[in-house]
Amino acid sequence: MSRGSRLRIVLAIFFVCLLATPVLLKKRSAAARQTEQQESFDPQASLARHGFYLQEVSHAAGIDFIHQAPVLDAKLAHIMPQVASMGASVSVVDFDRDGWPDLYVTNSAVGSQNHLYRNMHDGTFKDVAAEMGVADVNQEGTGVSMGAVWGDYDNDGYEDMFLIKWGRPELFHNEQGHGFRRVSDGASLPPWINANTAVWFDYDGDGLLDLFVGGYYPENVDLWHLANTRMMPDSFEYAKNGGRKYLFHNLGNGRFEEVSAKVGIDSRRWALASGAADLRETGHPDLFVANDYGVSELYRNDGKRFHEVGESAGVGFSPKSGMNVAFGDVFNQGKLSIYVSNISEDGVLIQGNNLWVPKEGTSGDGMKYENLARDMGVELGGWSFGAQFGDLNNDGTLDLFLTNGYVSLDKRRNYWYDFAKVAGGNSAIIGDAKDWPSMEGRSLSGYQQKHVWLNDGAGKFVDVAQMAGVKDTEDGRSVAMADLWNRGVLDVIVANQRGRLLLYKNSVTPENHWVGLDLEGTKSNRSAIGAQVTVRWNGQEQMQQVAGGSGFASENDRRLHFGLGRSSVIEEVVIHWPSGRIQSLKNVGIDQICKVKEPS
Amino acid sequence: MSAPATMHPTVPTAQDTWARRLFTMENRFIPPIFITVILLVGHFSFGILESWKKTLLAIGCSLATELILGRTMTGKWPHLASAYISGISVGILLRSPALWPYALCAVIAITSKYVLRVKNRHIWNPSNFGICVMLFFAAESVTTLSIQWGNSLWAMLVIWSLGSVILWRLKRFHICAAYVASFFAFALLRAWIIGDPWQSEISPITGPEYQLFIFFMITDPKTTVRSVRGQVLVAFLVAAVEMLLRLDQSIYASLYALFLVGPSALLVEMWRHSRRSPLVNSNATAMLTGDLPRP
Repeated sequence: MSRGSRLRIVLAIFFVCLLATPVLLKKRSAAARQTEQQESFDPQASLARHGFYLQEVSHAAGIDFIHQAPVLDAKLAHIMPQVASMGASVSVVDFDRDGWPDLYVTNSAVGSQNHLYRNMHDGTFKDVAAEMGVADVNQEGTGVSMGAVWGDYDNDGYEDMFLIKWGRPELFHNEQGHGFRRVSDGASLPPWINANTAVWFDYDGDGLLDLFVGGYYPENVDLWHLANTRMMPDSFEYAKNGGRKYLFHNLGNGRFEEVSAKVGIDSRRWALASGAADLRETGHPDLFVANDYGVSELYRNDGKRFHEVGESAGVGFSPKSGMNVAFGDVFNQGKLSIYVSNISEDGVLIQGNNLWVPKEGTSGDGMKYENLARDMGVELGGWSFGAQFGDLNNDGTLDLFLTNGYVSLDKRRNYWYDFAKVAGGNSAIIGDAKDWPSMEGRSLSGYQQKHVWLNDGAGKFVDVAQMAGVKDTEDGRSVAMADLWNRGVLDVIVANQRGRLLLYKNSVTPENHWVGLDLEGTKSNRSAIGAQVTVRWNGQEQMQQVAGGSGFASENDRRLHFGLGRSSVIEEVVIHWPSGRIQSLKNVGIDQICKVKEPS
Repeated sequence: MSAPATMHPTVPTAQDTWARRLFTMENRFIPPIFITVILLVGHFSFGILESWKKTLLAIGCSLATELILGRTMTGKWPHLASAYISGISVGILLRSPALWPYALCAVIAITSKYVLRVKNRHIWNPSNFGICVMLFFAAESVTTLSIQWGNSLWAMLVIWSLGSVILWRLKRFHICAAYVASFFAFALLRAWIIGDPWQSEISPITGPEYQLFIFFMITDPKTTVRSVRGQVLVAFLVAAVEMLLRLDQSIYASLYALFLVGPSALLVEMWRHSRRSPLVNSNATAMLTGDLPRP
């Protein structure tokens, strides 16, 4: 055999091996997925193996809520499931200050009622929205609800509510827990915003909560009375024709001044989620905005002005479909990482979710981020929406709950081909709803499995959703976490578009300990939003912050929950209050919720 | 995507200006320069690349494979223009959060040139082959570029105009024109058949994937038939098969259509040629691992 023939044979074998590589990888990946999906819910096995399990108890808890989606202008009828695909949300608030978390749930059809579920302390909830005056907020001509965020803007001790709408935004003042009074007009809110995100935070450190609101559709679009159909994004990845952004500076006495342009926030990207946190240890909360159809934006706050540094910080380079902002100290190093959800659909669009982790050796204004979602196993989550960090098994590391699924209609037919066809086209086509093919009852990334990623503390997250009891495949939007029944565990609440509100009651192995911290500001805003708490135990430490909104259209319990693993001693709790005061607490007991008031 | 046919370079004279030298440069350098310009303009205007790392990995793997295989199989150092275009095309067209698909796709693309040969010609466009293999076998890990580069009409017109001029100069504009005309005709036919807006049917061709597809894949001289009439017919057939695939809701219809039609057309041409010139082809072997380029 000649040398040439031998070479050709070797080359042919090499080529076959190359072709076989993706096939083998696919088989391995498919086998892993099948194993995950076939895992059956076994509470005792999950408890023994993962230290917790979840049970869906909404009906038993007296909640039988089904979300109603908006029905927009008839010109959008052919793509209605796609454009009317948001509005289901849940936020946690103790509105009556009885020490038990309550739930506010939004509805999104004109004339539908929002629900305020009061915690009855016995495992059940009762809807008191109507008597409290926050139910009938989706009236004809005023738009419909998309979410709610809570903050005590007048420091009277009771959490007030900003209602995020496609329509007339509303601010409700909490009347000492006995009802709510609409104060939108006095607060100088604009007549119409098509928003999906808002966050309370004290950007200038004056002790009064300010409010950021991120527009999605432009504010001059009335989705129920369209002048024309050119209201879609003009690009799938570079759209800048969305709604404007608002920063309402709290002037006190219930008045607000819109200062976004004055402080350097000027964007018309399509915002879907936002969060505020002091990411650089400057004492000033920075603002992170996840945008649909484009890059994320990171606004650094110097105390007076904001500077958009997304690209230089590494988080604003690749345009994706940002739908979530959640902060978490995933490595127990006292630094917050940022989880942004995007879209992944096999064979069509693999954006991958982002876990932005501060780069080693960078800090302050030079802080940069790298995406470790793939390395840590939290990258692929389908058409992802809301996600929250929380220690679900009290082992001392933050886990991640992700919900997903866009439009679940006909299981056998999907809209992806038509979606991809138009999404890749020029702005003249993608930007006009009439150019989009009719959905005709087809699904678009529907019926997706949720993800419950357990942090192993060594740099990996493992999906245990099926075994732990999360088997629903509804179109998830908003996720919130709270210790609903003061048992020392984090329960999970999920709001689904056109679907049920799900309550996942958590059961955690009693061997793991915990501590809850309920903060109240004095010089700082009374909600203590922006306070960063570091708990040190057994040579470890974890930092969490009090947030005025996080995830997608949601808000967690104001109280912070730390798992401690087997450790029964807390070495120290350090609180960085928004006022700048640093408070150190020793001898904090475990397995209890500690109330902490900012020293005056 | 592969390098264009080599034409005789013009010998510069003392009177030549740099501009004249530029416009008379050897044709094989024009497509690499053009695709590099597209990459740089697209990236610095709109950030089309997820990361330089991935694109450079694809280019690096492509060049390294070409050097190794070219030297090993032919005994000569190969010209790298073709491999550069293949690498850069993989870097732009492939989308994956992982690094390995870029490397694997580039290596498969270049290796296919040396393995899948009939009568001393490779029959698949290398990057078309590599990307289709990845889409067939690694759909959970990769997709292709299917979104816009910004939303500017003028940017699209500039790329189309520049590309058309270059193809005209390379005497391949008729392929581009035949394909585009066929695509539009079939798009209107599809819209009529399925009842969707005609704008949604022409939408794909207004995106960047098609610019790369047209300027660097279907016009690739190494993997197209030789007669002008044949080239026009093949372009039409690619659009026709694409239409059938689109009726079946295949997202990557254009890539798959070329994957099917391109090699088939070449085989038919070879068969017809062998019937006309039996002596010339008596030594040829029609095997996948046929003759390699002569040293």
